[in-house]
Amino acid sequence: MSAQPHLPQRSRVARLVDELPPSGIRRFFDLVQATEGVISLGVGEPDFPTPWRFSTAAIDGLEAGRTTYTSNLGLLSLRRAIARHLDWLHGVRYHPDTEILVTVGVSEGLDLAFRAILEPGDEVIVPEPCFVAYTAAVRLAYGMPVTVDTHIETGFVPDPAAIERAVTPRTRAILLGSPSNPTGACIPCAVLQQIADIAARHDLIVVSDEIYDRLRYDDSGHTSFGTLRGAWERTILLNGFSKAYAMTGWRIGYACAPPDLLAAMNKIHQYTMMCAPIMAQEAALEALRHGEGAVADMVREYNQRRRFMVARLNQIGLACHEPLGAFYVFPSVRATGLDCETFCERLLREQKVAVVPGTAFGACGEGHLRATYAAGMDELREATARIERFLSSLR
Amino acid sequence: MTDPQRIELLEIIQRDPRAPAEELAARVGSEAAEVAAEIAHLEREGIIRTYRAVIDWDRVGDQHIYAFVDVTVKPEPDFGFDAIARRVALFREVHALYLISGGRDLLVVVEGRDFRDVALFVAEKLAPLKGVESTATSFVLRRYKEEGELLMGATDDPRLPVTP
Repeated sequence: MSAQPHLPQRSRVARLVDELPPSGIRRFFDLVQATEGVISLGVGEPDFPTPWRFSTAAIDGLEAGRTTYTSNLGLLSLRRAIARHLDWLHGVRYHPDTEILVTVGVSEGLDLAFRAILEPGDEVIVPEPCFVAYTAAVRLAYGMPVTVDTHIETGFVPDPAAIERAVTPRTRAILLGSPSNPTGACIPCAVLQQIADIAARHDLIVVSDEIYDRLRYDDSGHTSFGTLRGAWERTILLNGFSKAYAMTGWRIGYACAPPDLLAAMNKIHQYTMMCAPIMAQEAALEALRHGEGAVADMVREYNQRRRFMVARLNQIGLACHEPLGAFYVFPSVRATGLDCETFCERLLREQKVAVVPGTAFGACGEGHLRATYAAGMDELREATARIERFLSSLR
Repeated sequence: MTDPQRIELLEIIQRDPRAPAEELAARVGSEAAEVAAEIAHLEREGIIRTYRAVIDWDRVGDQHIYAFVDVTVKPEPDFGFDAIARRVALFREVHALYLISGGRDLLVVVEGRDFRDVALFVAEKLAPLKGVESTATSFVLRRYKEEGELLMGATDDPRLPVTP
């Protein structure tokens, strides 16, 4: 055998990817997988199956042989339905020809948005705790996430002054997720307007992830960022069907933005994704046409469970702010004296309840855990009883 | 308790009658004492009629046979369908009874121990009733869904245990 030629040492993996921190959820997932008899409140998706009539729309399409590519932007009928839906629901207007792009979930929308707007080294302000992909999406587009902490004392609503303090000459955008995964916090309209004003003052783009817009439990209702004064021109709206319509596995979402930004995102999308799968687009169209009854039923059910969880967790001694949106509670475990990773690991080992440590969503999530109430009442009853037993064992 | 809360309470009880008052109160955003008083009131008023379980008898082996019997009747002056409906409803074999639109008048759900039991009830008791003009009996061969519950086997949660 001849000797290997002497090659310069170079990692086979790009440094950007190599240095990207792995999702904090991953390690915990492996732990849960290895444990028997677990009740999991660790999921980030509805427990309801996709309403059957949405699924049958996709099946009908398959039977009729509609298995082709669609326009890069997505089916025109779906884009028109999205435009009508957004106007009806939030009073925000986007033109189906040039301002709406059907994506493979909000995850793709995030990726497209940052690749479309960031130069290497550009900064994006991201309030934390936040969805695990936010900072990664910024880094993968060669950007630099600049996180701003939020706290339980202020209901995890970001402080506009703190956002403005984080602005530098390199700041290009602000990324908001409201209602929030993991905290369930909803940014009030007045605060959103302050953030919009900051964006205008510093000429920033706002990427607004509104995937949980339908899962609101207070009367004030959801404000779509583009409806704020002076905001539409600088807003990239991301939304999708996963949460409100129980369609996570369909991987179907959409991005809406002014034509120049949308065209830039579509340019990337056409080379990387080509188009979202047509069967998922057809199911999504059915969801927009005939989904309101199913959405209302699910929202009502989530709300009942939400009230139960908040009351029960506070009763057993885990201080829990009232989440006004999404389907998570984010209680504090500080009173136990344990850090959140230890708490979650011991809860899993000793009482077989899986929840996610708050630090998976950013360092300022320390002292908290995320539990979903997208689970049946029987599971929620049993899980909270087990958590109660665990807490007593700590005393 | 507000009207929407009361409706929500009833909807929960219909699906989950065993939920304790304290939990019901949390779920509708009320107090346990208020919910207990409301339930007592709804029971007294006959709005909550009874509490029942949905049982998949097919899996027990015990014979519970059901048939849907379409009945056409001659309505009576002054009483319409109510008088004949009452005469039908009082039979203990009648599990449910509805006045329906379309070609037939009454839909009678008959319960019996076996096919013969049900057929004899229709032939000997239902069909000869004064005012009954015709009956058409359809036996239930398999029950797939009852009271909104799928009876087609429990499915495991398909979700991964931890997701972002």
